[in-house]
Amino acid sequence: MTSHHTPRSFRHTRATGLILAALAVTGGFGTASVRAETPEEKGLAIAVEADKRDLGWIDSEAELKMVLTNRNGQTSTRELRIKTLEVQDPDVGDKSLTIFDHPRDIEGTAFLSHTKITEPDDQWLYLPALKRVKRISSANKSGPFVGSEFAYEDLISQEVAKYTYKWLRDEACGDLQCFVIERFPVYENSGYTKQVVWIDQQEYRAMKIDFYDRKDSLLKTLINNDYQQYLDQYWRAHTLQMDNHQTGKSTTLTFEEYEFKIGSSEGDFTSNRLKRAR
Amino acid sequence: MKSGRHRLRDLGGLRTTWASLKTGALALVAFCALSGPPAVAQAGEWDFSGSIAGELRVFPNAPAFDEQDDTRFSPSIAVEPEVVFEWNGGDDRITFVPFGRLDANDDNRSHLDLRELNWLHVADDWDSVVGVDKVFWGVTESRHLVDIINQDDAVEDIDGEDKLGQPMINLNLFRDWGTLSGFILPGFRERPFRSNDARLRGALPVDDDNADFESGAEEYHVDFALRWAHTFDDLDIGLAHFHGTSREPRLLPRVNNDGRVVLVPRYDQIDQTSLDAQLTKDAWLWKLEAITRSGQGDRFFATVAGFEYTIFGIFDSTADLGLLAEYLYDGRDEDDAPPVVTDDDLFLGARATLNDEQDTTLLIGGIVDRHDQSTSLSIEAERRLGEFWKLELEGRIFVNVDDDDVILNGIRDDDVITLRLTRFF
Repeated sequence: MTSHHTPRSFRHTRATGLILAALAVTGGFGTASVRAETPEEKGLAIAVEADKRDLGWIDSEAELKMVLTNRNGQTSTRELRIKTLEVQDPDVGDKSLTIFDHPRDIEGTAFLSHTKITEPDDQWLYLPALKRVKRISSANKSGPFVGSEFAYEDLISQEVAKYTYKWLRDEACGDLQCFVIERFPVYENSGYTKQVVWIDQQEYRAMKIDFYDRKDSLLKTLINNDYQQYLDQYWRAHTLQMDNHQTGKSTTLTFEEYEFKIGSSEGDFTSNRLKRAR
Repeated sequence: MKSGRHRLRDLGGLRTTWASLKTGALALVAFCALSGPPAVAQAGEWDFSGSIAGELRVFPNAPAFDEQDDTRFSPSIAVEPEVVFEWNGGDDRITFVPFGRLDANDDNRSHLDLRELNWLHVADDWDSVVGVDKVFWGVTESRHLVDIINQDDAVEDIDGEDKLGQPMINLNLFRDWGTLSGFILPGFRERPFRSNDARLRGALPVDDDNADFESGAEEYHVDFALRWAHTFDDLDIGLAHFHGTSREPRLLPRVNNDGRVVLVPRYDQIDQTSLDAQLTKDAWLWKLEAITRSGQGDRFFATVAGFEYTIFGIFDSTADLGLLAEYLYDGRDEDDAPPVVTDDDLFLGARATLNDEQDTTLLIGGIVDRHDQSTSLSIEAERRLGEFWKLELEGRIFVNVDDDDVILNGIRDDDVITLRLTRFF
């Protein structure tokens, strides 16, 4: 844990510096900006601000439950744990380790991902029955995650550089006031042409996302609920409701309490240690 | 009820299990001596899980050899519980996984094994395992060529994926330049063979009570293995060396006391150096396994090389289709080394992953000999039922088998369809 401290503060400064440099190039997002901001600049600025507010949490661990509901109302459940290591270099994504507890036939299966920004991620899967660690293709970011309505790309870290942005309008979202922005995946194998995101103006949290498929028709809607703040800074939604408008299926993802700064190290997120994950 | 010979065999099976148990117990004693009783007294966490499976094997054809019973429907039941105790926040862990199968027809397939009984200790940049464990190496699908630590539990299936627990002391060092794993393997597990009268027995019965060893230490020879593994961007690579008792026995014909010709397993001392590598490029996985082995006649080379290409979201669905092709070569001289099916063969396969709530998958494949076109086909389908059950269907079908193919010819009429229902707890 202590070994993290010095590099973190260094990296943090560097990351902030890079973002400021990016802002200088794109024209900044302050309202005091001299020339009028384009919708693209404003959209990017909102995304950058949201990202900035979520820097520095280092690592986290959470238990979650997924309830999958099909069109006939039948349900099945998944229980899993996700450990995440924040990588502060804005050109590289976070690292995450997912361990499945339920259903029991996939108990102990572990999934390691090193997220990249625009390239395919590095992913490994550990299959406990064979004790086999398999490097897997990550070109399928748009495929269903464990049979749910969440695609893998919906669950991984939402780095700024993964999308281009466009501000649409400001409007009320429940009791809050939201920015409504469009974002367009840079990654060519994304399952989406665009996403429309409602971000609350006070805390810069994504409240709702509409996903548009490759034919540009509305595919899914995600509603993020039960936000709780950790370490006086980081907001996490605890209930995520994803509805597929085309199939009538839905998935509810419920997070238990998050833990932050648990002392994970880079070594916990390497393929050669995957078979020890529990 | 059964002949004394059979009972002896059963005892033989128990004996190897007992040897493993002793090693596992020894590991626990070693662990207690190292960490002292206070560590045990410290609060830890227990976890119980496991599975119980009912299986029906169906043999559509009459067997090829007189001594084989004409078994067409063969039920069996298998249990594999897992008990885990961990403490020190998970940095210390004891795992106990016994396995047992009761088979209605094949006495040798009714067997007990200790899959795992070990103490794992995890530190910052190393970990260690003392006791009985399973270790898998490799990347290819049609043959697990470099995977050598554990003996095949060859009565379970013919795909080489079921393994007997191996006693070991294993140390893994995690460094910037990769992971270095050292193995000391005290105690060797003999390969189990099917009963005389059982399906999938082969052309001649195997007398595994009288196995022969090159080493005077027989099954107590201490084997060693060393492996380095690392990831370079898109490339995962592993280099290993094994020194010790060959997991594959040669089967030598001999006339036994009853005047019958039987095969006696002979376990040679070998040195095997291996390479396994996978290059992951978008939807392409390029795979290579290669070994060179000495100790069984002339040094020989063998390899499996190929690819897996996945079409994601095929036909605008959420299903994925993987296409697999692998070439298999094995240069061993079959007069001096254990014969293999895959001396110059081509494997083609397809894997459908539906990505549905039940995790339905289907894998079909075939291995064809490039010279005589002897072919073994395989199908594996599985689907979860509800939250705790899984249904599997497997088929192994042998077609166009050449008379000179010593392995496939012995099981040419033993096509088998297996239906398995597993309850997880």
